[in-house]
Amino acid sequence: MSNAPGMKMRDGGPRGAGLSREDLKKGLGRGSTVWRLFGLIWKEHKFRLGLVVVCIVVSSLTTLASSLFTRTLIDDYITPMLGAATHDYAPLLRVLVKLGAVLLTGVAASYAYNLIMIHVGQGTMKKLRDDLFAHMETLPLRYFDSHAHGAVMSVYTNDVDTLRQVIGNTLPRLFQSLVTIVATLTSMVVLSLPLTGISLLLAALTFFVTTRLGKLSKKYFSARQENLGKVNGFIEEMVSGQRVVKVYCHERQASEQFSVLNEALRSSVYDANRIGNIIMPINSNIGNFGYVLLAIAGAVIALEGGPLTLGSLVAFLTLHKNFTRPISNISNEINALAMASAGTDRVYAMLDEPSEVDNGNVTLCNVNVSSVGNHEETTERTGAWAWKDPQREVLAPLRGEVSLKDVDFSYTAEKQVLYDINLTAYPGQKIAFVGGTGAGKTTITNLINRFYEIQDGVITFDGFDVRDIRKSSLRASLGMVLQETKLFSGTVLENIRYGRLDATDEECIAAARLVYADPFIRRLPAGYRTVLAADGGNLSQGERQLLAIARAAVANPPVLILDEATSSIDTRTERLIQKGMDSLMKGRTTFVIAHRLSTVQNADYIMVLDQGRIIERGKHAELLALQGKYYELYTGNQIV
Amino acid sequence: MPMIKTLLGQVGRYRTAALLTPVWTAAEVVMGVLIPYVTASLIDKGIGSGDMHNVLRYGGEMLLIACFSLLFGILAGRFAAYSSTGLAANLREAMYASIQRFSFSDIDKFSTAGLVTRMTTDVSNIQSAFQMLLRTSFRAPLNMVTSLFMCFFINARLSLIFLVAMVVLSTALFLLIRRASRLFVQIFEKYDALNAVVQENVSAIRVVKAFVREDHEMSKFDKAALSLYTLNVRAESLMALNHPVLNIVVYGCIIALSWFGAHYVVEGSLTTGQLTSLFTYIMTIMSSLMMLSMIFVQLTMSVASGKRIAEVIEEEPDMADPADPVRTVPGGQIDFNHVYFTYKKGGDNALEDIDIHIKEGETIGVIGGTGSGKSTLVTLISRLYDVSEGSVQVGGIDVRDYSMEVLRNQVATVLQKSTLFSGTILDNLRWGKEDATEEECIEACRMACADGFIESFPDGYHTVIEQGGTNVSGGQRQRLCIARALLKRPKVLILDDSTSAVDTATDARIREMFARRIPGMTRIIVSQRILSIRDADRIIVMDNGRVNGFDTHENLLRDNAIYQDIYEMQTSGAEGDFDEKEAMR
Repeated sequence: MSNAPGMKMRDGGPRGAGLSREDLKKGLGRGSTVWRLFGLIWKEHKFRLGLVVVCIVVSSLTTLASSLFTRTLIDDYITPMLGAATHDYAPLLRVLVKLGAVLLTGVAASYAYNLIMIHVGQGTMKKLRDDLFAHMETLPLRYFDSHAHGAVMSVYTNDVDTLRQVIGNTLPRLFQSLVTIVATLTSMVVLSLPLTGISLLLAALTFFVTTRLGKLSKKYFSARQENLGKVNGFIEEMVSGQRVVKVYCHERQASEQFSVLNEALRSSVYDANRIGNIIMPINSNIGNFGYVLLAIAGAVIALEGGPLTLGSLVAFLTLHKNFTRPISNISNEINALAMASAGTDRVYAMLDEPSEVDNGNVTLCNVNVSSVGNHEETTERTGAWAWKDPQREVLAPLRGEVSLKDVDFSYTAEKQVLYDINLTAYPGQKIAFVGGTGAGKTTITNLINRFYEIQDGVITFDGFDVRDIRKSSLRASLGMVLQETKLFSGTVLENIRYGRLDATDEECIAAARLVYADPFIRRLPAGYRTVLAADGGNLSQGERQLLAIARAAVANPPVLILDEATSSIDTRTERLIQKGMDSLMKGRTTFVIAHRLSTVQNADYIMVLDQGRIIERGKHAELLALQGKYYELYTGNQIV
Repeated sequence: MPMIKTLLGQVGRYRTAALLTPVWTAAEVVMGVLIPYVTASLIDKGIGSGDMHNVLRYGGEMLLIACFSLLFGILAGRFAAYSSTGLAANLREAMYASIQRFSFSDIDKFSTAGLVTRMTTDVSNIQSAFQMLLRTSFRAPLNMVTSLFMCFFINARLSLIFLVAMVVLSTALFLLIRRASRLFVQIFEKYDALNAVVQENVSAIRVVKAFVREDHEMSKFDKAALSLYTLNVRAESLMALNHPVLNIVVYGCIIALSWFGAHYVVEGSLTTGQLTSLFTYIMTIMSSLMMLSMIFVQLTMSVASGKRIAEVIEEEPDMADPADPVRTVPGGQIDFNHVYFTYKKGGDNALEDIDIHIKEGETIGVIGGTGSGKSTLVTLISRLYDVSEGSVQVGGIDVRDYSMEVLRNQVATVLQKSTLFSGTILDNLRWGKEDATEEECIEACRMACADGFIESFPDGYHTVIEQGGTNVSGGQRQRLCIARALLKRPKVLILDDSTSAVDTATDARIREMFARRIPGMTRIIVSQRILSIRDADRIIVMDNGRVNGFDTHENLLRDNAIYQDIYEMQTSGAEGDFDEKEAMR
């Protein structure tokens, strides 16, 4: 079960307590991705954002009006009436009605901007998610090899969600606080200049204290992060090795080690939260002190005959409260922005990853073969394929000749994986690769379908450089059963249909029968309609491989690549499916990687790979006669 | 709810702090509430009547109150942090302890990733919720009640306005939240669905690309993202109604208060200062209500986390030591007496009517197809699972009568999945025997034919193994696991396909070592390779959860159809194996 990130609660303490000035600069500086995000929002929602600004101004002004109203009420209505002989309440009623109308406008305005921001925020999130996913699908395999899956996932969950906080809450609050500060300050100055001075000093004090405490908690915050990492790592390692812990009766030691790490984490979280928790009472009591200070100062001014009425003083005291709140808000929100910038950085880092290169123009199409042998393109599924080269305007029938010439390849610059690979598979041939782990067998097949790009040499498919063939066409022409079986959540039938989305139920079942997956599928609780858990978790490894083979079979591709496709299927079952496999391979160029000889020995050509080079090649009998590496692998005997 | 009881039970030694937090909060609230009251006097008796003495007096009082308020506030903050982080630590500890008690079937039930999430994200959710519960959820109602009390104290008639407003507001908020929390539950599910699509695509990207299914996946994702968007907008729009509702009620109060207040002041039954305090109190009351509603929403959200944590803590291990356990294993003979076994209650039998008897010191091979029950059979010997029917005996005593620790130390199992832990090779070996000397470790490695490659490492036995053992090959990992098991000096050694990634020659040498060095140890070797078991004393042929044959290699080759089949396939055509299983592990 995953934790819905949108629902995550905030940790105690103010957000962003613990950011230094450098963090802020880095997070919000000129090149920060936060601005890029704002740019995106602005571009997409210009009109809406304009409305939001208007609404915020309106709502802030009405709030101000309501806080100033206390003064009007006391000075203009109550105090005059106290001295008067007759009490005329009509003017009061009128002003109250007016006030009501103003306030209602304010309520409407703030509700309106909230609604708009929800749409802007959620809309931006959706757009980002969609963009991220669409872009992720185009990324080369290298990206997935070099990024932990957990980290990729976290971009979608944690990072996109922090952005929602920023868009939905931080932005409007920041703006509102600014408006409130300006409006309040203006009214304060109008009411009393000296008191405003005091008030500003107090605000500075609040700001100073908040920042100081933030710095203090930064120290604890990083200790907390470090301990959290240690605890997570320990849990992950020990829980995944829990069976070994049981078998070795290692429970006590494991618990003891955990207790030490757990206590360290507790104490650092406590330290961080303790600081976070006292910021609020400190700020609010600075407010109280300020209140008293202002009251005394105001009284002095009033008593000395200064220009301050009772109503003005009361109003000023209220304004002061309204003034300090947005100031601490602003410091909080700025911190939140800087924190979010880490999230935007990761989102944009992924969006900025270069996509797979696909400059090919040659595409694959279905053709009708006329009686005279001419090929004619059709949208039907005819089973006959041809390459369509836009430059030549001729359809070249797909034959299935794959050839590698002087191919060199390395995943990383430090270590070359394949050296000088030369081989040709003629149409209909079965080519087998054997060799030890890391010899480069899987790598070769990953180059044919351009999962990776070669550094040197050329790979051709029916004479076309594979780089000239559009990737989608190239891969559609190659049916692959991969070493690591991956299934999708959904029914068995849907998983088989993944091979060809328009396959009928009958076609899927026929494919399952062909590769002998049918018997076990029928034994499942709901047969073909059985819903598989994530990645087929409720099936055995061998059963999952059978489904993966059926999936490739239903695709009915011109060329097959089988990478350890039957490795987890026991030898007895393998023999049962052999017939199906044979008929699947018949007439198709097939590349096979296997460690079982039964799978390999009837190949047209066997390539023996060692440390990235083809060291022997030939038919089974020839290779045995050679008494080389193949013989050694095959008999398990070292040759002296 | 029992879940809450389980969670609160873990507060433990942090209880005093947890109970004191609301006390400090209450004190802080009382101070906070007194301030506007004193303010009223300050305005009326000081500023209003132009009496500087009173201004200073009430100002002093206010400062004093503020000091106390600060003190209590800091105390409340500290205690809340202390008790909530303490609860979190205890929860992690309790979950971890509970996991240690898990039997193999309990481990099957929870996924590793799931357990990690429960111990981290879920615990920190509960920590925040608990802290909020202690601080805010006491503060808000207290604020409300005390403020209301002060209002009545100042002017009972005017305060009736507040009472009406409160009823209106809480009804509205309640209705809103009830609808919203239902939506939030649905949003949880949608998030899961969205994450599942991403997860699948990240881990199965090769399949997606190989079948050119990018567009198909995008439309799947788009559907999930769209329904999440729609639900989120609905839930948030609903929650956004909170503000206007609150504001309308508050503003209504202000207007009513101004109207009636003005009358009372003019009539002389209310002072100006009192009127301003009432304005302050009304804001406090309404915002407390608002805060309460937010707390309610947040708590609803943490319920899911709480449930997941409680599930782990409450998990009753389905296996326990007997009251008076046997503490020595007298011998290495093993008896299966008409054993039946199912993994899930009511599920299909994984083993049926197993009745085999193994003598001390025998070497037994186990062979059979995938899912035939080979591994299941051997896990019963060290009681990693309990039989459903019949009994398993080691040394003539039912395994359920032993102390599990004693049994598992004497029946050493090398699991199919070879797992090493981060630490040096020696650290890893010493799992088998905590106080093993370096010589003992080296000796064990020699028997497992692991000494060669270990000595080739620059740091030898002090080489640090990375998490998951990624810096050694599959075959090396398997041999280290065997050495680790040998250090236990067990009476029974079980190798569950533990040499699958070891090359044939080394595999043979290991078996030869065993025969020479530890002849008295009962050995059970599960394998897919005929070569690994053909020279065993007897061989068990498993088929579909039943024993299909149990005899010597020669006899089986003569009488047993399945064995003949496997033999023929692996030898006649070829040895049938290029030692390439490693790649799959």
